[in-house]
Amino acid sequence: MYPRSLPYLLLLPSTLFLCVFFLYPFGLVAWQAFVTDTGQFTSEFFVEMKSHWKFNTAFTNTILLALAVVPFQVCLALYMATLVNGMKRGRDLILYIWTIPLGISDLAAGIIWLAIFEQTGFLNSMMQGMGFIDQPVSLLSYQNTGMIFLAILLAEVWRATAIVLVILVAGMGLIPKEYYEAAEVFGAGRWKRFTKITLPMLKPSLQTAMILRVIMAFEVFAVVVALGGTNLPVLMGEIYTWQFDLQDANVAAAYALVILLISISCTLLIMWGLRTPKEARV
Amino acid sequence: MAIIQIKGVAKQYGKVHALHSIDMTIADQEFMVLLGASGCGKTTLLRIVAGLETATTGEVWIGEKRVDKLAPKDRGIAMVFQNYAVFPHLTVYENIAFGLRMAKMEQKEVDRRVERTATLMHIEGLLKRYSGQLSGGQRQRVAVARALATEPQVLLMDEPLSNLDALLRMEMRAELKTVLAESNTTTIYVTHDQVEAMSMADRIAIMNGGKIVQASSAVEVYRNPAAHFVGSFIGNPPMNFLTADNSGDGFWQVAGVRVKGPDTSQKSIQFAIRPEDIVVHGKSGDGSTASEGAFTAGVRILEPLGSHLLASCKVDDQLFRVVLNSDAEVQPGDTLQWSPQADRVRWFDPETELALSTV
Ligand SMILES: Nc1ncnc2c1ncn2[C@@H]1O[C@H](COP(=O)(O)OP(=O)(O)OP(=O)(O)O)[C@@H](O)[C@H]1O
Ligand SMILES: [Mg+2]
Repeated sequence: MYPRSLPYLLLLPSTLFLCVFFLYPFGLVAWQAFVTDTGQFTSEFFVEMKSHWKFNTAFTNTILLALAVVPFQVCLALYMATLVNGMKRGRDLILYIWTIPLGISDLAAGIIWLAIFEQTGFLNSMMQGMGFIDQPVSLLSYQNTGMIFLAILLAEVWRATAIVLVILVAGMGLIPKEYYEAAEVFGAGRWKRFTKITLPMLKPSLQTAMILRVIMAFEVFAVVVALGGTNLPVLMGEIYTWQFDLQDANVAAAYALVILLISISCTLLIMWGLRTPKEARV
Repeated sequence: MAIIQIKGVAKQYGKVHALHSIDMTIADQEFMVLLGASGCGKTTLLRIVAGLETATTGEVWIGEKRVDKLAPKDRGIAMVFQNYAVFPHLTVYENIAFGLRMAKMEQKEVDRRVERTATLMHIEGLLKRYSGQLSGGQRQRVAVARALATEPQVLLMDEPLSNLDALLRMEMRAELKTVLAESNTTTIYVTHDQVEAMSMADRIAIMNGGKIVQASSAVEVYRNPAAHFVGSFIGNPPMNFLTADNSGDGFWQVAGVRVKGPDTSQKSIQFAIRPEDIVVHGKSGDGSTASEGAFTAGVRILEPLGSHLLASCKVDDQLFRVVLNSDAEVQPGDTLQWSPQADRVRWFDPETELALSTV
């Protein structure tokens, strides 16, 4: 027998780590968002944040981006994972190739896609070369936020689908083959096997992947800056602006809390939506 | 109509020959049992019929259709898996209903069938549970119920009762046999329990090392083993074998006794007799007159089994088992005088291991 305190003792290092590097900074940010320099509680920073004309746009853009990117990525990753899992050989090779974008920083990814979409970029030269347009057009101009949005979406999908893919491939690999065989014998075709076996048994992995991705999606920044500059404001960009351009750390902290809040709500929503009853776990 | 025809089916896993050219026809509504030791290829054969495994060569026909290129779901089969494969994310009810849902059956009919098969398998009280909340035997019965619920043309069962206690197994055996006799299902049933095989089968196919050695009725397999393996595998205790040396004119020298046997020119063959087909005349030296040409057997070990007494003896230095009356007065060390029931003696060729006819 070990002493009763042993588990707590073993948890201590990671708890300390969390406190020093997460809880403490978090406390500081929260303090900054609610307390003035003279030490008084206030909501003025939130009011200031909310009344700024860019807040609503940034908020909407961030949510829209997440709503467009994450479901698309999850579907794509599911499809890719199914393909990879069905492969008899070359599986690892394909997986390595598909995960290359993971090794590229998000700013670099933004710049790669900028090289495609800008006025002198690959897309323009290609369209010109094929005779669709007479002269290069400015695709990512401020009149064209739809196009900017699309470019960001593509870059994000290209950059970060692989992380979802890796989690899902691992999850699918854990589903025993016998369940597919049983389903097949009892009349389930490909699609039914996917919806009746793969999806329900993949729930835990889907949960992890989606939480990770959604949080990343709310923090989208570098790709947006590279492709849209300030033409498509997002929450993270606003934090940067307030902190460094406008030198107002308090409002920046208020923004940070907003991102935290929507991240937590989404996480809870996903956890609830993809829960598995305890007794139904494998 | 679902005649199953297996034509020249062989299966190789790399260098391992799991099945050697199997030929077998299973009649419509027949209950065929595959019986054999562990690793002899029973599951492999069943999975080939189901379409979960592709044969290296050969054809499988169900009814009038060649099915070996069809997907499992297009073969009109249901299967009980050796490892159950009961879906953990579905309740027992939904597990049993799985095949019915796939066939888009009406809810009322689904209810009726789930109810019926669950009752049959004595799991009607577990319908709301998940597989993780069941014992191994209960899970196995869910797997059987799931297969029965679809009322298939062809039912493939891979050791469906292996995990039940003796009493429940006996009960399930009888119930399964009754339902299947009422339905018009053709069944292939895998087991390595020979009592189960004998009690349920219309025909038993005995497999050994990837081959079917004999496929006949239980009595035929027991009485007239087609090969040495069948005789030594079926029956508890199995058949006795003694070496027989040719003494010409169809007579053979078996443990010092001259016996009429098959008329072949081989130097030595095998004489075989079941332990219960032996007539014991008495013990040597107890005064009873030994009949002419009787065999002797030195008793080594006695096992009182209630219904009878099993004596392991030595005959001509070969192991020989005799079934005696449970009240027979025998001690280890005694020498028994016995003779075989003439019509029950069988002969085997030691090279081909096949039975020799005595005409
Ligand atoms: N995927 C595989 N790869 C290689 N060899 C295999 C494979 N599956 C089965 N075998 C071999 O084929 C032979 C037959 O296996 P099978 O599962 O059919 O046996 P079985 O008769 O069902 O045995 P048991 O009574 O133990 O279930 C065995 O020797 C086994 O090792
Ligand atoms: Mg098996």
